[in-house]
Amino acid sequence: MTREVKTSGSLRRRLTLQLVGSAAVLAAILFLTVFGIARKVAGEAQDNTLTASVTSILETISVQGGALSIDIPYAALSMLGSVSDERVFYRVAGDGEFLTGYDDLPSATSIDADGRGFLTARYKDEDVRIVTASRQLSVEGRPVEIRVSLAQTRAGYAATLESILRTAALIGLGFFAIAVVLAVLTAEHTIRPVQKLAASVSRRGPKDLRPVVAPVPAEMASLVTSLNRFIERLSTSLTRSEDFIAEAAHRVRTPLATVRAQAEIALRRAKRDEDRRSLRDMIRAIDESSRAAGQMLDHAMVTFRADHLDRVQVSLIDLVEDLVERLRAVAELKDINLTVTHTDPATVAADPILVQNAVRNVLDNAIKYSPQEQDVSVWVGTDSTFAVVRISDHGTGFPEQGADRLLERFARGDNVKTTVGSGLGLTIAKEVAEAHGGKISVENQERGTGACVSLYFPLA
Amino acid sequence: MRFALLSFGLILSGWVAQALPVQSFEIEVQTRFDVPDAERTLNIISTADTDLFTPLVVAFQSRNPTVSVNYVAVSSAELMKALQIEGAAFDLAVSSAMDLQTKLSNDGLTLPHKSPAVDLVPDWAKWRDQVFAFTQEPAAFVVSRGAFDGLDVPRTRQDLISLLRNHPDRFRGRVGTYDIRISGLGYLFATQDARTSETYWRLMETMGNLSPRLYCCSGDMIDDVQSGQLAVAYNVLGSYALARTDLADSIEVIEPRDFTTVMLRSAAIPKSAENPDLGGAFLDHLIRSSWSDAGQDYYPFPAISGDPDPDNATLRPIRLGPGLLVYLDSFKRARFLNEWEDAMTQR
Repeated sequence: MTREVKTSGSLRRRLTLQLVGSAAVLAAILFLTVFGIARKVAGEAQDNTLTASVTSILETISVQGGALSIDIPYAALSMLGSVSDERVFYRVAGDGEFLTGYDDLPSATSIDADGRGFLTARYKDEDVRIVTASRQLSVEGRPVEIRVSLAQTRAGYAATLESILRTAALIGLGFFAIAVVLAVLTAEHTIRPVQKLAASVSRRGPKDLRPVVAPVPAEMASLVTSLNRFIERLSTSLTRSEDFIAEAAHRVRTPLATVRAQAEIALRRAKRDEDRRSLRDMIRAIDESSRAAGQMLDHAMVTFRADHLDRVQVSLIDLVEDLVERLRAVAELKDINLTVTHTDPATVAADPILVQNAVRNVLDNAIKYSPQEQDVSVWVGTDSTFAVVRISDHGTGFPEQGADRLLERFARGDNVKTTVGSGLGLTIAKEVAEAHGGKISVENQERGTGACVSLYFPLA
Repeated sequence: MRFALLSFGLILSGWVAQALPVQSFEIEVQTRFDVPDAERTLNIISTADTDLFTPLVVAFQSRNPTVSVNYVAVSSAELMKALQIEGAAFDLAVSSAMDLQTKLSNDGLTLPHKSPAVDLVPDWAKWRDQVFAFTQEPAAFVVSRGAFDGLDVPRTRQDLISLLRNHPDRFRGRVGTYDIRISGLGYLFATQDARTSETYWRLMETMGNLSPRLYCCSGDMIDDVQSGQLAVAYNVLGSYALARTDLADSIEVIEPRDFTTVMLRSAAIPKSAENPDLGGAFLDHLIRSSWSDAGQDYYPFPAISGDPDPDNATLRPIRLGPGLLVYLDSFKRARFLNEWEDAMTQR
């Protein structure tokens, strides 16, 4: 009966995705940061080595006998190429004029305050890092600017970078993997109060309209407040309509009694057969209306009392026998004999008014739907857990299909269309049994015709 | 010739080369090792004498019977000129000039070579997977046994200095070494000696006082020691001297105990190679015959030790690497030669 609720995505999935998404962004940032720093460090390491080397070359350049002397130290070049198999190039120039080394080696153009400049360039088919350093010398009283450029290929730098790249990628992926696990756990944890609330609301019985009192997270407070207000409105509205029905039934029943009395008087006075027939039909209709009104009242009362049962020890045998005595007069109008049998002293803790109401409605139905001169029998006993009241008749019984449907409000059997009825009797009986933690069972006689209705109440 | 060349079906033809039309570098000897069913030709440019290399080529051809070999012997300077300036198409460059081999590779004129064989070469004997050493040839004293009659044979440079100082008349005009102004190998030995110890300069000064004779090549020095014209020759390629087994009675080869500079002959595949795969195959052959098959009768050089004792400070293999480039620097070279001349030509 519940309509399928339209859903727009899942909170948990959304939360998980957002957390995973942020984790991915963070992991990427982490990766880029680590990689960036490492690249800078690796680059600086190469620059430092080159600087140390170029400085040592520069220091050996001197003026001897009025001419420049250049004595490049063995270590200056060997330290650049022996460990990592790098290629090494150099160029020495005085006042821009090539002196020795590789003539076509580019030089860094901008020299900083320390007299050094750096440049990455392509030379002899490979990327090289170039450091250029300068120094002033005096040759025959004339200042000469000596510029030394030293270049080293970047194979080692590239290898270092690649290994760092791999490490950084692993760190990023590891971080991401941990973050994903945490995201799933967090989403699960965050969504739990919502699930708990949903479970506790859906677990409620159909009549449970108490407000939700269990503590909920602050974010859910307004939802729960609205829910509680809604429950309260529903509850008020339900009570009001039950009250209205009861009131309406009560108001209708009293005038009906007056009308019936007048109709009986009229019947006694009437001479003509047609008039008498009309009046008898009238009286029967009035009886049905008043019976229906009575059942509505019963139903309203059952609904009301079911919420707060007034339990006492009740002997079902006494209760049933008392009821049968009261209905015997009605039954005898149709020449129906009511018999009561019992096996055990079935005692239950129950609201006697409700139980009486339930049994009366079922018994009422049995008498009503039984043909003339057929017996209706009532059996009271127990099975292992329940006290049972079983009422059997020899009427048409229930329709083959959908006997259970008759337990619903205002539902009537297809095979009894001709008999007037409200369709509330079995509903009342069912609600009473269930309010006591019992049940009702509706079936046809195993042998012959007739219906058999059993009411079960838990044993005291 | 003790190699059964004809049984391999080889035709060996050697001649003093006339210059080919397009080349201007100077060829000493060009030798073709032709095979009858030759499919391809391997061009080797090398500073090693053809006679010395022949057994290696023959062994190579016995495994690769369809490859003819064109062996061009040049000086190390001409090798550099051929590859660097003229871009001549050779599949393998073999040289004892470690500095020039390093420069070839550093300047990007060689190709990298990867094969299972290169793993045999220890790290200190190769550079950039392009230059691979395949010999260990110490620089030795070669002394004439006759000239040292009654004297202890020197075992260290210090010994030699003392001897020369104590017996100047006996050794005047009878000491010899490389003229490092014209010999690349002599220059390489000299610079490495000078880098290792100050003793070198004292020795040069001592020799300079004794009217030293200067040589272009180890062979000439060995001949003069043998003939008695020289009493002692300094920084002679020990491998050449030991190869002259016929002279064992008259000369003695001494590896100085204070330190012995060891030259590594090396090979690299030039960028201009037309058959780099053949060059690589011959390079692998050189590596295998030196680093694993040491002792094979076709390996013409002294057996080498794959892993010299690192604590043994005596044997000092020259490291391949850019450090060698500094001695090629014109200023550095001029400065060094100047100092050397000052020491050697004092009056």
